[in-house]
Amino acid sequence: MNIHEYQAKEIFRKYNVPVPQGRVAFTVDEAVEAAKELGGKLWVVKAQIHAGGRGLGGGVKLAKSIDEVREWADKILGMTLVTHQTGPEGKVVHKVYIEEGADIAKEYYLGMLLDRAAEMPVMMASTEGGMEIEKVAAETPEKIVKVNIDPTIGFQGFHGRKLAFGLGLPKEEVGTFIKFASALYNAYMDNDAEMVEINPLIKTGDGKFLALDAKMGFDDNALYRHPDISEMRDLEEEEPTELEAKAHGLSYIKLDGNVGCMVNGAGLAMATMDIIKHEGGEPANFLDVGGGANPETVAKGFEIILKDPNVKAIFVNIFGGIVRCDRVANGILEATKITDVTVPVIVRLDGTNAEEAAEILRNANIENIIAAENLSDGARKAVAAAKGEL
Amino acid sequence: MSILVNKDTKVIVQGFTGKEGTFHASQCIDYGTKIVGGVTPGKGGQEHLGRPVFNTVAEAVETTGATVSMIFVPPAFVADAVMEAAEAGIELAVIITEGAPVRDMMYAKMYATKKGMSTIGPNCPGIITAEECKIGIMPGMIFKKGNVGLISKSGTLTYEASHQVVQEGFGITTAVGIGGDPIIGLSYKQLLPMFEADPETEAIVMIGEIGGDLEIQAAAYIKENISKPVVAFIAGQTAPKGKRMGHAGAIISGGSGTAAEKMAALEAAGVKVVVSPAEIGKAVKEVLSK
Ligand SMILES: Nc1ncnc2c1ncn2[C@@H]1O[C@H](COP(=O)(O)OP(=O)(O)OP(=O)(O)O)[C@@H](O)[C@H]1O
Ligand SMILES: [Mg+2]
Repeated sequence: MNIHEYQAKEIFRKYNVPVPQGRVAFTVDEAVEAAKELGGKLWVVKAQIHAGGRGLGGGVKLAKSIDEVREWADKILGMTLVTHQTGPEGKVVHKVYIEEGADIAKEYYLGMLLDRAAEMPVMMASTEGGMEIEKVAAETPEKIVKVNIDPTIGFQGFHGRKLAFGLGLPKEEVGTFIKFASALYNAYMDNDAEMVEINPLIKTGDGKFLALDAKMGFDDNALYRHPDISEMRDLEEEEPTELEAKAHGLSYIKLDGNVGCMVNGAGLAMATMDIIKHEGGEPANFLDVGGGANPETVAKGFEIILKDPNVKAIFVNIFGGIVRCDRVANGILEATKITDVTVPVIVRLDGTNAEEAAEILRNANIENIIAAENLSDGARKAVAAAKGEL
Repeated sequence: MSILVNKDTKVIVQGFTGKEGTFHASQCIDYGTKIVGGVTPGKGGQEHLGRPVFNTVAEAVETTGATVSMIFVPPAFVADAVMEAAEAGIELAVIITEGAPVRDMMYAKMYATKKGMSTIGPNCPGIITAEECKIGIMPGMIFKKGNVGLISKSGTLTYEASHQVVQEGFGITTAVGIGGDPIIGLSYKQLLPMFEADPETEAIVMIGEIGGDLEIQAAAYIKENISKPVVAFIAGQTAPKGKRMGHAGAIISGGSGTAAEKMAALEAAGVKVVVSPAEIGKAVKEVLSK
């Protein structure tokens, strides 16, 4: 689960990771009010969406007067912000963060996440802070300093020194940096974060370190023990159909093609998308119905797939194991009674009792339910049906 | 022969008396697995599925001589269960539970490694040596005995691959579902040498997925160390680039863990990589008839 910058900065404050003063605002008036409360002469108006690259996309603006705060808040609130991380459709901005303008002497990058290969967290820092750290990683990886932190010993001075000296900090700044990094480590570990990223981490004119940006994501499996973080969930940032699917135990992701897919298991679901493409079609979605594949979940699956008007055919690809194919076949027939399915449905059931299942589908004699012999036959038929060639 | 488990392997079940534990333990027993007991704290002394129940893993190990534990406890308690197994001298823990916090698994695996216990999973179908020993939730009848070793991140793709291998007239020695969580136990790199050393295994099927770099590591390992033919499929070739937040993931992995990258690395290592998931069985036939 991801949270907004303003929420991540709340967590930072709690852990003594230094951040500028700021207030979140949902309306232009609130934004102006926030700027007045903050005082000073320079403010930054920042779009709050779950994606990076806001600066380059026009979602972060400097304001030199209250009038400019009003102007920018008015422009940014309600805009559809497109960045390289939102996808081409962009994201609508529902709130802005009004922050005091900082005096930037130098920008750095600091981030932390799980290093899967080392099986422990890694903290990464770079002198190339600012907006295009991915480029740095690709073109000049030597400019990124990394240190693995064994959680059984926690964040030690030597971890901090490796990063600080790696960044080329003068020795009188090393102590302050270590304090900063150590606080960040605690914020990450205590909250079961999946990643935390500060880009830019700045040094101010008077030699202080300050997190100007803050991104945090959390391990969904651990949210049960962090009710305060679960509360930060912003449903507006999530796809409504994906949320609806999740509520029914389905995992759904909408794509751009016209062949709907309903599959059991995430790996097989991905493989099904692959084979559709391989056969010359385009998948309309990823949908994992899980192990159950009972009439209710299958019916819900049809309903969700058919919400997408692009869908011209549906490929049901179920590998029956412990849940036998004959039961799944009956489930599919039941489901077509619950949800009206108007497009051709190509059904490939393999595994335990596959023959009985084929028999059940044949005997039901429903015009738009077409049984497939095997995986490639199913994919081929589904692609043909979507093209109106079946 | 086979790897890791066989008809003589003594297995206990942690989370034995729960709904999942009960259902799958009885399926394993029907398959022929030597389930010698189980652990449910507070139910020690009772009998379940005709096997003794113990309060602690230590007691279960002492009484039954079990070397493997199949773990079904709820996600919040998985790390505790794994560490208890390690402490009690279990050699291999097969963790079926889905939804364990990553931080917990990180500590649990560190402790397991320190105690010399191997783990498989979490969030996986388990391990099966065909027609001998099933430790997990896979449908046993799909795995006919044969000469192909199988390693897979994905559950249903494991079944799919085995099914295709069997349809081509071959069969499976041992199949291992390693799971796809951020922290997992035994992976390609540890399992490949076991299959290489197993005289009955003549070919290896490897099913991977997008994300992480385990398949890339496997490719490097295969190139240097594996003489048996390997067939691979990587799921997610057409998966759209996920909407992301932040840049850290791309920085740490160097590459981005795409299917194309993994397929190229495996191909360069001499692996027979199939583009279509329907071609796994045929590819096995091809490499075995060379
Ligand atoms: N409080 C502030 N004072 C001065 N400048 C700021 C402030 N906050 C942000 N900026 C400037 O705006 C830029 C973009 O803001 P920020 O990094 O928060 O968003 P972003 O573009 O989404 O980040 P990323 O590209 O890392 O995903 C920063 O690099 C910084 O130069
Ligand atoms: Mg930034």
